[in-house]
Amino acid sequence: MSLLEVSDLDVRFALRQGEVRALRNVSFSLDRGERLGIVGESGAGKSVAAFSLLNLIASPGFIAGGSIRFDGQELTGLSDRALRKVRGNRISMIFQDPMMTLNPVLSIGEQMIECLKAHRRISHREARAIALHKLQQVQIPSPETRLDQYPHELSGGMRQRIIIAIALLLDPDIIIADEPTTALDVTIQAEIMALLLELCEKHNVGLILITHDLGVVSQVTQRMLVMYAGRVIEQGPTREIINDPQHPYTQGLMNALPQMATPGERLNQIPGSMPSLSNLPSGCAFHPRCGFVNDANGQPRRACLEQVPDFVDSGNCRVACHMVAEMLEEEQRLAKEETS
Amino acid sequence: MTTQVSTTTRWARFRDSYLLYSFKRTWSAQLCLAIFLCLVLAAFMAPWLAPTNPYDLRQIDILDSELPPFWIEGAVEHYTLGTDAQGRDLLSIILYGTRVSLVIGFGAVILQAILGVTFGLLAGYLGGRVDAILMRLADIQLSFSTLMVAIVVGAVVKATLGSSFYSQYAVLMLILIIGLAEWPQYARTVRASVLAEKSKEYVDAARVMGLGSRRIMFRHVLPNTLSPVFVISTVQIANAIISEAALSFLGLGMPETHPSLGSLIKSGFDYIQSGSWWITLIPGAVLVVLVLVINLLGDWLRDVMNPRLYKG
Amino acid sequence: MIAFLTKRLMHAILVMLVISVIAFAIQDNLGDPIQQMVGQSVPESEREALRERLGLNDPFHVQYLRFAGNAIQGDFGYSYFYREPALDVIARHLPATLELVFGATLIIVLLSVPIGVYSAIKPRSPLSRFFMGASIVGISVPVFLTAIVLIQIFAIGMKVTLFPESTAWGSWLNATLSTEGGMPSFGRGQDLVHVVGYWDSNLFSAGGLQHLVLPSIALASIMLPLFIRLIRAEMLEVLQSEYVKFARAKGISSWRIYFVHALKNTMLPVITVGGVQIGTMVAYTILTETVFQWPGMGLMFLDAINRADIPLIVAYLMIVGVIFVVTNTIVDLIYGLVNPTVKLTGKPA
Repeated sequence: MSLLEVSDLDVRFALRQGEVRALRNVSFSLDRGERLGIVGESGAGKSVAAFSLLNLIASPGFIAGGSIRFDGQELTGLSDRALRKVRGNRISMIFQDPMMTLNPVLSIGEQMIECLKAHRRISHREARAIALHKLQQVQIPSPETRLDQYPHELSGGMRQRIIIAIALLLDPDIIIADEPTTALDVTIQAEIMALLLELCEKHNVGLILITHDLGVVSQVTQRMLVMYAGRVIEQGPTREIINDPQHPYTQGLMNALPQMATPGERLNQIPGSMPSLSNLPSGCAFHPRCGFVNDANGQPRRACLEQVPDFVDSGNCRVACHMVAEMLEEEQRLAKEETS
Repeated sequence: MTTQVSTTTRWARFRDSYLLYSFKRTWSAQLCLAIFLCLVLAAFMAPWLAPTNPYDLRQIDILDSELPPFWIEGAVEHYTLGTDAQGRDLLSIILYGTRVSLVIGFGAVILQAILGVTFGLLAGYLGGRVDAILMRLADIQLSFSTLMVAIVVGAVVKATLGSSFYSQYAVLMLILIIGLAEWPQYARTVRASVLAEKSKEYVDAARVMGLGSRRIMFRHVLPNTLSPVFVISTVQIANAIISEAALSFLGLGMPETHPSLGSLIKSGFDYIQSGSWWITLIPGAVLVVLVLVINLLGDWLRDVMNPRLYKG
Repeated sequence: MIAFLTKRLMHAILVMLVISVIAFAIQDNLGDPIQQMVGQSVPESEREALRERLGLNDPFHVQYLRFAGNAIQGDFGYSYFYREPALDVIARHLPATLELVFGATLIIVLLSVPIGVYSAIKPRSPLSRFFMGASIVGISVPVFLTAIVLIQIFAIGMKVTLFPESTAWGSWLNATLSTEGGMPSFGRGQDLVHVVGYWDSNLFSAGGLQHLVLPSIALASIMLPLFIRLIRAEMLEVLQSEYVKFARAKGISSWRIYFVHALKNTMLPVITVGGVQIGTMVAYTILTETVFQWPGMGLMFLDAINRADIPLIVAYLMIVGVIFVVTNTIVDLIYGLVNPTVKLTGKPA
């Protein structure tokens, strides 16, 4: 059994206009030391998925169903006090914008030491020693002085290193990193990503990397999920999905990458934009933007318009697409005919 | 042609606006507006509504003084809310007094708005030294607190011009004093939104088209700063009414022969120890209700329009 | 830090300059010291000689500089009414006002922080809604009216007969809503403890404290709702911030998040506004002291206005100016101590 097992996670936001379903039937798992990427456009529900794992979604949002099993323990329905033992301790997080993540009025040392003290009964001096050690691990110059400095005295890259150090403080089993490099200068993005990868590998820490950058996912992760409008639409080993994306949306994302475009021509964008969660199209949520919605006769597939696609297994990947399902059936039929 | 179009669409825009939509769904806002309109209507129809004319000395009988309101023993039927220490019908004098308070409150806010919007526009649009001087002035005045400024100005004006002259023109004086004391609020708010508006493209576009800065300021920038001005106006009217009441209570406002709600409270306060609480507390209650409904409407407006307000 | 202090000092000097010019202009236009010093019978030639000798015929700026020079040395002239140096009169009245402001500040700080924080943490609870409703009512009641109501209820006493006495619930309601009264509401009372110099204190005896209660509550009543609303609004904003979310993700206890992470950030704007509000508070002491006949600077100032005691008015304005400047500087220093971003840059972020 995997270290983390999420099944049929269902997250909703109780808004004045009614309930909005931010996540539907999201299932995935993570083994010890494994690195998983969650990919999608903004608004696809990636961040909601990350935050709901530790039940950190803010007030109108709530977990409406499904289960999150971590190391044999069910996390949904756990009290805040019990969850606090997991947060920052066994599963820690890295946020998107290092400029906003650290409390401006507390020193770096304070923000590291409080985290240690919240989870372990140790003296101030021991906590400080651990904090110092972690700062050294993230290769911060003169870590001793950093402990007494305040966030505004440090650059964005430096702050993100400190946040990584905080995430590693208690030697967690999993780190959830929500777009950890998007807010940084392009020049240091790669540096920070490499550092994170190196530390995770070295300490055998599982990583859930949330990003819209397919390039990063392909370099860092072993398996990936593609999300669209609150659903997982494709998941499997990263290499297989990158090399041979099945879902039209994933294909679209791949084609939109600059390196896929012919120089001098426009980038291949997916037409249209992501629907709002409160007003999803019927059937497959992607069908208004899908280039494969028509069948062989040039008519839109009825299933695409009316029915939410189920997952089908395609090799090592699982894809939620009627077109893919149809093709697989066709292949199986042909294979059967051949054998008979 | 353009004005014609804009007047017709403005009404349509209001009809479809979120403001109206929210108003229809917020019963507390409706109630507050209803109470406010009732008070305003009653105050301005005082000459027709009031049982007696409190300014007419022939209608007052000193023997009728300090009569209690109708629900207390010893009340005289004809004086619904009792009488004050001079024997004036309390209901009548409150109606007239509310009118005085409202006139001063609105007058002072109009003056504040004219001063504040002008200075705020100048400071925000011209920037540089004009901005520095005006805003420093506003800072100093605000740090001294507007009520303090009003009290000092009132005291000095009264001492310079003499008490009798001051009382004669008290309404005008109070409008001037409160108007002068509170303009910085407007100036800061307008300046903040002007600075925000100034950086937008349409101002650059207007300038590129060769429009003069006055025209840009009044025709292009000003209309876009009006929503915060509108919102703080409600709070400012409430403040102005309270300031007027405070000045009158200190004897720097309306004379007792021509009382506002504040001077009614003041004159009644001398009789509270003898048990005639109604002379001071009933006008007090009217004042509180008036200010409260304005403040609640202001709160609602702020929530709905959510403008960029000057903070701190 | 030094740059910060210099900037503060420049600002303070500028404010005092403006106030002193205004005060001097008032004195110049209103006070005729000759009139006060000699009677009506003195002939015009002698008055003119005296005027010349006192330098009253000098140009405006010369007179102003003389005035400012004297003021710096603490010489504001003689009060017409008290016939003693204006500064002495003020010094005698200052402690009463300071104790009143102290009492009110204590009430404001002790109540606004917990109530503001609570209604931000639990914005939907009935108690929070009640606090928010009560605070807007509080803002709408002028301070002198609060004072009068307090006197009516707690000093004079109130016999409620609103409900039918014949029914059990009616008489019970009448009895519970009625008050005995008896709280002192006039002046500082007799139980003053002499501390030092001009300072006779209400703070060190039961009787003295009793006299302080109603005026302090009245003075606090106007600021308390403002602070509750401000603290709640700022706290709500801070609780939405990324660093609070991150602290949650670190597994920090809610208590520590509210009172260490959030409150400290909440207090930054509150301190700034608080500094401005101190000025307002001084203005409101005039009203409060008038209602309670509290013999402090505010009452003294109002009496001085009614008596046209110009030197005392001028001295009051200058002293109040000094109080503003000093408190604002202290507030800025506190801000600098709480906010780590101030120290190095020399300007508040």
